[in-house]
Amino acid sequence: MSETVALQPAQAAGVITIRGRKVVPGVAEGEALVTKDRISGWGGIDSRTGTVIETRHELRGQSFAGKVLVFPGAKGSSGWSAAFHMARLSGAAPAAFLFNEMTTKMALGAVVTHAPSMTDFDRDPMTVIETGDWVRVDADRGVVEITKKKDRRPA
Amino acid sequence: MQLTDHEKAMLDGRDGPAMQKAMDLLVRYGEALGAERLVETNNVCATITATTPFQRDLALKGGGMDAVFSEFSLDSREVVQIPKFKTFTSHLQLGFDPNQPEKFGLSEEIVQFYNKAEKHTAKLGAQIMNTCTPYQVGNIPTRGEHCAWMESSAVVYCNSVLGARTNTEGRESCGAAMLTGRIPDWGYHRDEPRRATHVIELDIEVESVQDWGLLGYFMGDLVQERVPVVHSRNGIRKIPNLPRLKHFGAAASSSGGVEMYHIAGITPEALTLEQALGGNKPVETFRYGESERRATYEKINATGKDAEIQYVMLGCPHYTIEQIWEAAQLIEGRKVHENCELWIFTPRAIKSLADRNGYTEIIEKAGGIIMSDSCSAMSRAVPKGTKTVALDSAKQAHYLPAILGVDAWFGTTAQCIDAACTGRWNGGYQ
Repeated sequence: MSETVALQPAQAAGVITIRGRKVVPGVAEGEALVTKDRISGWGGIDSRTGTVIETRHELRGQSFAGKVLVFPGAKGSSGWSAAFHMARLSGAAPAAFLFNEMTTKMALGAVVTHAPSMTDFDRDPMTVIETGDWVRVDADRGVVEITKKKDRRPA
Repeated sequence: MQLTDHEKAMLDGRDGPAMQKAMDLLVRYGEALGAERLVETNNVCATITATTPFQRDLALKGGGMDAVFSEFSLDSREVVQIPKFKTFTSHLQLGFDPNQPEKFGLSEEIVQFYNKAEKHTAKLGAQIMNTCTPYQVGNIPTRGEHCAWMESSAVVYCNSVLGARTNTEGRESCGAAMLTGRIPDWGYHRDEPRRATHVIELDIEVESVQDWGLLGYFMGDLVQERVPVVHSRNGIRKIPNLPRLKHFGAAASSSGGVEMYHIAGITPEALTLEQALGGNKPVETFRYGESERRATYEKINATGKDAEIQYVMLGCPHYTIEQIWEAAQLIEGRKVHENCELWIFTPRAIKSLADRNGYTEIIEKAGGIIMSDSCSAMSRAVPKGTKTVALDSAKQAHYLPAILGVDAWFGTTAQCIDAACTGRWNGGYQ
């Protein structure tokens, strides 16, 4: 992961675009963190650091702080929104949420995190986006622009 | 989203800044969901008070409890003055029992601050039930009643057993609902999402409290957040009572995210299998027989290794008075082992009944304790030196090893009381 830190987004060439529905308005960009596992809020993340702590989760030990989090959706306790709300207050929230499964936990959590969020995509973001890709989320226009990791140029 | 004139006026600030913030959050949340309108509610179950150091510091920095409510219950950075609640509001469990500070390692400062916060919250109109089972102590919604509840085990009970209507809400949406009497009309407030999608066909009888916990854990694992209907060709002979269905739903919402289920012939929207499905063709039918029951038992007991135990926790979800009565009968004349502790959690209103009935005295004489307001998973509190716990709740056995890193045995209440008195797990598959 450390090698990608010095990379910047490529120019328009090589950019993949997918479209979806706005959940929380706004525009954000960042490096993608992708998981096929649903994420638990209360008891599943450390709100102070944005780190996934659930045992057996494939992101265990990794932080989503400042990342574009791409995942199926929320699971677990009704404390989901409170856990992500606290992550925002701790400066450890994701830059944006891209997810497939709409639930009340997910919707409220995204809203109180104040992170641009989208769902209902024309192509499954889980198959198009990989961890390390650079992703620009324009929830207002319903557009996600992806620059694959291999196309990202050194600054 | 379509708003009524009254809702628009609240959003425009007619009823003051707190109502405006509450409506603003409900509109943002409703639009995120894709809801078309709000629905009226007069029944909210939520966490409201301040229990964490962060919340205490926020209150002390200026703004007091209004600052805590504005940020954590309305998602408003601006501190607004909170008016009295419009809806009947029940307070859920906390991260500790304020009456037993030493067991939870609480400083006097935190207890004092909490007590102040509790008084303030009660003054605004919250019922200080402090339980995950508000339906045990005065909040039993009617079939069809629109609610806004948090707490997964209470949500699944509300929808499935009582036939009332709620989604799994969060602290912020509940905060907005208790001020405005509104919640997005989405999900389980509507007819179609309540219909069964999956069938669980019983090949064995399901009778005891443990039986229902095992079936719930099996079911949740398979259907995740879909809507299952349990069906038995012979009919379910022994009708499950409150402790059974409380354990069943809590287990299903732990191994999966079940918020609504049906039991054909028993729950209110499932007089028959056909009614539960409401025209849906089942996505899948799963059979539940002896081998599935056994495999589920092994799964819940996956962390159990050492027969020596240091802690027995009962009361997840919070015990009923019938369960306390049973525990008192099982332990009367025996003693909790010197290397072990027994903690039983129940709503404080039920503890006062247990006091009156003499059960508290029997349990305390044996060396056990009855606590309220919390549980070990919520508080992360267990007796010092605990390595292995014994539990009669599939939900607690699911969470405690993950949250505290302890090993857990799951068995019947009788096996747990026996473990408390011997310091050893002598349970086994029954």
